[in-house]
Amino acid sequence: MSALQLESLTKVYGETVVLDGIDLELASGEFCTVVGASGCGKSTLLKLLLGQESPTAGRVLLDGQPLPGEPSPERGIVFQRYSVFRHLTVAENVRFGLELRDGNRLLGRCFGGKRAAIRARAKELIEAVGLAEAADRYPVQLSGGMQQRLALAQAIALEPPLLLLDEPFGALDPGNRASMHVLLKELWGGTGMTVVMVTHDLSEAFGLGTRMLVLDRPAPPEPAAGARITYDLALGRRHVNGDHEATPLENAQYA
Amino acid sequence: MPRLINLRPGRSLALGLTVVPFLALFLTYQAASTVRLAENPQDRLLPAFSTMGDAIVRMAFEEDKRSGDYLFWTDTVTSLERLALGVGTGAFFGLVIGLLAGLLPLMRAVLSPSLAALAMVPPLALLPILFITLGLDELSKVVLIAIGVGPFIARDLEARIRELPSEEIIKAQTLGAGTWLTLWRVVLPQMLPRLIDAVRLSLGAAWLFLIAAEAIASTEGLGYRIFLVRRYLAMDIILPYVAWITLLAWLTDYGLRRLNLALFPWYAAQLDAERKP
Repeated sequence: MSALQLESLTKVYGETVVLDGIDLELASGEFCTVVGASGCGKSTLLKLLLGQESPTAGRVLLDGQPLPGEPSPERGIVFQRYSVFRHLTVAENVRFGLELRDGNRLLGRCFGGKRAAIRARAKELIEAVGLAEAADRYPVQLSGGMQQRLALAQAIALEPPLLLLDEPFGALDPGNRASMHVLLKELWGGTGMTVVMVTHDLSEAFGLGTRMLVLDRPAPPEPAAGARITYDLALGRRHVNGDHEATPLENAQYA
Repeated sequence: MPRLINLRPGRSLALGLTVVPFLALFLTYQAASTVRLAENPQDRLLPAFSTMGDAIVRMAFEEDKRSGDYLFWTDTVTSLERLALGVGTGAFFGLVIGLLAGLLPLMRAVLSPSLAALAMVPPLALLPILFITLGLDELSKVVLIAIGVGPFIARDLEARIRELPSEEIIKAQTLGAGTWLTLWRVVLPQMLPRLIDAVRLSLGAAWLFLIAAEAIASTEGLGYRIFLVRRYLAMDIILPYVAWITLLAWLTDYGLRRLNLALFPWYAAQLDAERKP
């Protein structure tokens, strides 16, 4: 229902070609991970998907419709940091999108029955990400892992067809990261969202994705060329529950 | 012996050390005053504390023979009214302009350079123009204070908004906010405590402009009074008035700080987190 399509997506900054004609089709409900060396253009790719920047050429389609050129509610986002509003409590952060969707256009708030419904929905989400105890705390009073749980709950509250994750667990310690992986799989499994996750953690990319893309720039003889998809691996769902066998590529990375 | 950089005072010692400079000032004045008065009982330069007390009782609790007012209190109320109106007006326009310039790139292009230039105009140099165009009444004094603090507050808020992580602005849009709701629900609530902080920082300047305006053209007010009695070398009135102005300024600052922490618990939590290592 929400397939993502990239058509010869190209981004040029001044003289530098960052992305060079990326073509991609993602089936609905796919969990696509994107890896690549730093500076290879994976963040730029995500910014284009998000609408934070517009492509030099090509376009992004969701279910055959071009996405607006600025951030919109079709796309949820979790950044590595600063994803949540620091002046709102956990509960208020989760309610934010729902209040804007259902509420008064001028005040961005809900009253009466709508308000009660939103409170109930937010409570479910907060419990789903394990923050029930912290519902009245402010983000600055949460650990890094809890902040990212909150960011996830906030992003999926509107059930966006496309969820974008920009190295969401990059700043977390390994233990926290592992429990976030479990949570993310649960949340994704329950919704059928299409997910695009940029990461530089290769085992995370293998462990979470149903499909993995490797972005890379051509070797130095062609300095002007931008990044392309050099590997496109279908991982299937065999990894969704539990560990996976290391692949040759992964072994090469750790060698 | 620990190094000086590692020596921290305990609670009672810290309190004691706080009192020391005030006590030193008090005792120095007392001694100097006693010496001068011993030489010449008519000396007006360093009046005794008892003389100052008498003067304040006369100003605060006895009706003025000419006007029937209690001058100390009319002066205080008049000055505080001017200050509140001026700072309030300046803060309001500062907030509006700061929000527009901080959040909207198009408005920033219009406002930011002109604000930078405008902020360089010394407000006191504008005072004659204000007197000529607006008259010598309240309006020109209020406008002087507003012009004096407004551009500073606007520029401060613009800078604060640009410090907001761009992630928050993008996030708001992915949650369905347009320009107005981003402003109303994300930027403005985060700027209110910053506005109060900016007002606190600009209060010193506001008092300066108030007293300057009152000294030049006024018929009442704290600044007017001290410049008036200067003609009679009435240090017994000037010194308590200066102390009173200082106390009022300090109380305003303290009150605003407490108000900020009480109204915006998220801001208090953030300050708290920043203080921890």
